[in-house]
Amino acid sequence: MVLKILLGVLLTAVIVSGFGLPMSPHPQAWYELPVIPGLEEKARIIFFHVPTAWLSVVAFLTSMTYAIQYLRKRDLAYDIRSSAAAGLGFMFCILATITGAVWAKFNWGSYWNWDPRETSIFVLLLIYGAYFSLRSAVETEEKRATLSSAYSIIAAVTVPFFIFIMPRIMTGLHPGAKGDPEGAGPVVEFKMAPNMRVIFFTSLIAFTLLFYWMFTLRVRTAELETYNQRRG
Amino acid sequence: MSAARPSFRLFLRSTGAVFLKDLRSELRTRYAVSALIMFVVTTISIILFSLGSEGASPDALSGMLWVVVFFAAMSGLSRTFVMEEERGTTLTLQLLAPPGAVFFGKLLFNLVLVTGVNAVTVVLYSAFINGFVIRTMSIFVVTVLLGSIGFAAAATVIAAIIARANTRGTLYPVLSFPIVLPLLLSVIDATRMASEGAFFGEAAGEFQLLISYIVVVIVSSAMLFEYIWKD
Amino acid sequence: MNPGLRIAGKDLRKEFDRRPVFRDVSFSASAGETLLVTGRNGSGKSTLVKIICGVLSPGGGTLTVTQDQDGPVREARNLFGLVSPYLQLFDEFSAVENLSIAMGIRGLPFDPAAADGLLERVAIYPRRHDPVRTYSSGMKQRAKYAFALIHTPPVLVLDEPMSNLDGDGTAVVRAVMAEQRRRGILVVATNDMSDIETYDGRIDLNERR
Repeated sequence: MVLKILLGVLLTAVIVSGFGLPMSPHPQAWYELPVIPGLEEKARIIFFHVPTAWLSVVAFLTSMTYAIQYLRKRDLAYDIRSSAAAGLGFMFCILATITGAVWAKFNWGSYWNWDPRETSIFVLLLIYGAYFSLRSAVETEEKRATLSSAYSIIAAVTVPFFIFIMPRIMTGLHPGAKGDPEGAGPVVEFKMAPNMRVIFFTSLIAFTLLFYWMFTLRVRTAELETYNQRRG
Repeated sequence: MSAARPSFRLFLRSTGAVFLKDLRSELRTRYAVSALIMFVVTTISIILFSLGSEGASPDALSGMLWVVVFFAAMSGLSRTFVMEEERGTTLTLQLLAPPGAVFFGKLLFNLVLVTGVNAVTVVLYSAFINGFVIRTMSIFVVTVLLGSIGFAAAATVIAAIIARANTRGTLYPVLSFPIVLPLLLSVIDATRMASEGAFFGEAAGEFQLLISYIVVVIVSSAMLFEYIWKD
Repeated sequence: MNPGLRIAGKDLRKEFDRRPVFRDVSFSASAGETLLVTGRNGSGKSTLVKIICGVLSPGGGTLTVTQDQDGPVREARNLFGLVSPYLQLFDEFSAVENLSIAMGIRGLPFDPAAADGLLERVAIYPRRHDPVRTYSSGMKQRAKYAFALIHTPPVLVLDEPMSNLDGDGTAVVRAVMAEQRRRGILVVATNDMSDIETYDGRIDLNERR
């Protein structure tokens, strides 16, 4: 209950301030956000798009952690958690991809540019897609849990290689990336204006709580479903 | 574990015997080799038809080589595990060998298979595709070797997973692609360097990456294999 | 015969799709004893057989195999031999090749004379160089006996021992069973009580759901 109220308050605050606060070229008052040349009003996406992308990664790690737990303990309760986290991660991953693509259309002129971060989220989408196709291809629950756990661990150990490979083969477009035409653009997280930073981090916390809440809901529904199946 | 010596030698013997069994079976049936070679020939001819007389940039051509390799690998490397499952000999192997010996035996077999097929692919590809020129042979040879090992490593563990699933055919490339993508990107980049005539040292970064990829995939697969292999 | 040989299961259970196949299965057998496993179709006979042979992990409980005073054996694979309808030989290879492959993978030395003796005993010696896929189902069952016995296992596990066998085959199996009782432990899973004359312990899986 406390969680839900806190979550409501935080998310409302982020939405209102993220969309509502005025932007000015020379911010005077505490509530005025700075105008970033080249981004202008489009800069507001950082309060929503970045936390979504962040959650799809958090969900992936959560899912992998429960996958390891499942293989150790062989308790299907862990598999329910692992797949619940993956399901949410998939959803947030799709949201981040769509919001990012729409924004890219307005800022960079096309929906998709194979910038390193676009590529990473694409890979994450592929992994989530593969994970769920594997799950639907296995009938026995225990086997499904084992195989999908193994797959998510294998995927998790190969993903970090992208961090090393991508800078070699593609140039970044994202604000803050090395190849940014504006140099080290002002939207690099630590160089963000203080009031923007407050909204940004509040949003990160709010989205993480949102994930936690949705996660517990999903786990409970899944557990009730299996309980019903066993009785029915 | 403390008396590791004799049991380790036993393990190596089992691994070798699993490998030899698969090799002899392959020599007898030629199931995987013929599928793989036919796939390579077909794909290269499709590329030839679609290029016509025009030719493409060296960058595109060095990428296309690995497209052929990827799909060829996807058509043949799952065989080692899928055949055992389809003929019901998974249980037989489980009775005979420790899981690790099965994994390394099959990995070795896939390694031999994929290296052989890649050698054929590379020869055919350079012979028939005009405009695909390798200027730094040393980079190219190391890339093909490391690439083969990496493909074999990733393909073996994914094959073990899909062999236990109910629908296998389409699942293999779907599950493999995100796993081999880092490998694919870096071999494509190294091949591009080789065709541009870069110095051997310039590709060192790619080689480090390939080697660490191979180590990470093999170690984690070996650890996970027992769970995948035993119900 | 090795007097220290013993297999024991304690509170074994197994689930598939959250449905228990069996639970609370405990048993023990020492050298010279015969263990009988019975139960109707779907009661988990084959599942229990696989757990005993160490190829399937139980959902709970423990299985221990001891050979001497050194405590439980960790790698018990080579102590077991299994014959069952769902066990398949490598069918692109001949019977002799299957035996040599089996010994190779087990990491044990292969003795061609012993293999020939076994194949003669199960009466497939004349066809020993033909690929197994050309065998009839009865011949395959006979070849499985050779496959299970080539490493003279201290524990022989037979699931549906008489399936696909004619009169001569049954006689051979009876002799194999009698010999195994003298040599170590015999485990038989069947519903046909005429398959087996005497037993020392019995697990009835119909009671363990």
